[in-house]
Amino acid sequence: MFRRICSIVAFAATFAVSAVQAAQTDITIGMQLEPPNLDPTAGAAAAIDEVVYANVFEGLTRFASDGSVKPALAESWEISDDGLTYTFKLRSGVSFHDGSEFNAEDVKFSLDRSRDENSTNAQKQLFESIETIEVAGPHTVVITLSAPNGALLFNLAWGDAIIVSPDTFDLAKTEPVGTGPFKFSRWVQGDRIELEKNPQYWGTPARLDKVTFKFISEPTAAFAALMAGDVDAFPVYPAPENLAQFEADPRFKVVVGSTEGETILSTNNKQPPFDNKLVRQAVAHAINRQEIIDGAMFGYGTPIGTHFAPHHPAYKDLTDDSAYDVEKAKALLEEAGFEDGFETTLKLPPPSYARRGGEIIAAQLRQVGINAQISNLEWAQWLEQVFKGKDFGLTIVSHTEPMDIGIYANPDYYFQYDNKDLQDLIAALTLEPDDGKRTDLLQQAQQIISADYVNGYLFQLAKTGVANAKITGLWENSPTQANDMTEVYWEE
Amino acid sequence: MHNRRNLYIGVILCAMVLLAALVSFFWTPYNVTELNIAEKFKSPGMPYLLGTDHFGRDILSMLMVGARMSIAVALIAVGIGILFGVPLGLFAAARANTLVEEVIMRGNDLVFAFPALLIAIMITAVFGPGAVNAIIAIGIFNIPVFARLSRAAALSLWQRDFVLSARVSGKSGLRISVEHILPNLLNLLLVQGTIQFSLGVLAEAALSYVGLGAQPPVPSWGRMLAESQTFFSIASHVVIFPGLAIVLTVLGLNLLGDGLRDYFDPRLRQSSWNSTS
Repeated sequence: MFRRICSIVAFAATFAVSAVQAAQTDITIGMQLEPPNLDPTAGAAAAIDEVVYANVFEGLTRFASDGSVKPALAESWEISDDGLTYTFKLRSGVSFHDGSEFNAEDVKFSLDRSRDENSTNAQKQLFESIETIEVAGPHTVVITLSAPNGALLFNLAWGDAIIVSPDTFDLAKTEPVGTGPFKFSRWVQGDRIELEKNPQYWGTPARLDKVTFKFISEPTAAFAALMAGDVDAFPVYPAPENLAQFEADPRFKVVVGSTEGETILSTNNKQPPFDNKLVRQAVAHAINRQEIIDGAMFGYGTPIGTHFAPHHPAYKDLTDDSAYDVEKAKALLEEAGFEDGFETTLKLPPPSYARRGGEIIAAQLRQVGINAQISNLEWAQWLEQVFKGKDFGLTIVSHTEPMDIGIYANPDYYFQYDNKDLQDLIAALTLEPDDGKRTDLLQQAQQIISADYVNGYLFQLAKTGVANAKITGLWENSPTQANDMTEVYWEE
Repeated sequence: MHNRRNLYIGVILCAMVLLAALVSFFWTPYNVTELNIAEKFKSPGMPYLLGTDHFGRDILSMLMVGARMSIAVALIAVGIGILFGVPLGLFAAARANTLVEEVIMRGNDLVFAFPALLIAIMITAVFGPGAVNAIIAIGIFNIPVFARLSRAAALSLWQRDFVLSARVSGKSGLRISVEHILPNLLNLLLVQGTIQFSLGVLAEAALSYVGLGAQPPVPSWGRMLAESQTFFSIASHVVIFPGLAIVLTVLGLNLLGDGLRDYFDPRLRQSSWNSTS
């Protein structure tokens, strides 16, 4: 009898242990880049949003995992018939992590701060059409526009439009205080950021108690950390060559989704000979997209023919306009007066899509006589020389912001494309509230930049995530730069 | 005879690398700048003797062309070191116990105080990455090495009777340095040059490993290692062969240097024999 009791106790004990294991409520997420600060309204780095968006900070609206715009701190809204006045009804009973109550004053303060002339917001164009923001009650905000803007709700969902409190906004860079399901707890510079569950959250509470974002820049180290279990998930795993190994390992699951990252061979449209459309067209035809996707990304990526995400309903497949055709490229170069080819620079930032893709593109361009001198740059140098200095012929970079075709209407943007027709079209698009007409305008814009061969359009970056097989709730796609941890939990 | 073994192994290894580099000027099994993605990660064997890398390039061909880069960078860098370092050292020795000597040698200490790789990273950060800047960086690091060596050896030579007789016969410090001191330093310089050469090969590999050496598509051993390390678990040969090439070259140069030292300096022969056996 005694023995029996013993075995029951032992059984119960093992059961209890496994129950404790099943209830694992902390997670470590691997990220390649560490954010420079934690204030999404004061920095362009994707890593900022990847830590705080939807976890610590929220805006009036937000992106769901499928890219649709959903209410967040605004419970509902009404739009006037002329499309100029938006009345937002805010959620009540929401408090910031420091205990202070969230109200309409916070919204006015945050948005006014972001659109202020002196603000350091990286995406100020999001707020351009806003004329005034008025507080019409403790939980009512009225936004008046100078012209109708069909994308306002979409714009307010960006990480750059999150709501901060006037009392704590100056802490946002190092100790952010938001309204989200997680509270900031600790930042060990160079290593990790820790968040903990916010028990007072207004919405569905998070299922995890603790989230750690660990920064591992080396792909080799990222591989080792996942294999050793030091990191539970790597939502954007940096080395596509290892994915096959993770797929074969039952401890892991590999999730391949879409991102908003159009990976392009950016071309300096003002630098000769790229100011000649024939030359740009020749470059476009000299590029073999599939070879780049296979060689640099190990097959992960979707070919694109214009600056637009293929999973978007308004996408137009224009890859045939710039199909791989060496003979045609040579003929175009001859027509442009470069039958002997020419020399140019190809400046590559660190990610492997750029470094490996660059070597492949340089080899492809050599076949038509273009000698592209590769120089490998660190991000800081790239931003200085290419993005700010515009001192480059060609470069490869992935544009990860959602719906960013508007950059083509800015002649001062680093690839310096200046076309009045497109600028007018984008201006009309901003004013257009009707979805059907917007789609039409978007397709026209795609057509124009493809026909002008502004840049070499390579492929849409895939979101290649690796995670422990027991984790569920991670975003499959990446409609915005974010790691929303609200619905993540451990199975079993 | 026993201790000549080092020398022979060193000579053979170095000759192999040199031969590979020379042959690569007019023949390699495959073209190293042409990519062939369909042929990526082929195992060593036929038709690719050492297999192919992630772009389907033949690793043997890349190693052969890469040897060229390693040798060229190390050779020119050592050349810079000798060209500037030796005259500085001789001058300092000829002006022993003067302010001139102090300035030269403290200047050398200043350069020497920085780790070689740090100097190289500083230079390439300012002037941009590339083979030429890598050469300059490694060359600058070599100057104090040769300056110190030649000054120390020259100082003791200046005490010797044949120098004294030259001074008595009225020769200037410059003439004595060139005609009497320098010829007696040659053995020493040859040995040190070989050692510095192996360090130069390593430094070039290290610089291109961190992306500051020769830029693609020019193959270089260090960059081959850096680019292929993430493939180690899928196709280990892409990492092993460039690594082996660096190891064997450096080993060969060190053995050659040791062997030369033993050969030129019989007094050291005994102690070297003792320590290695």
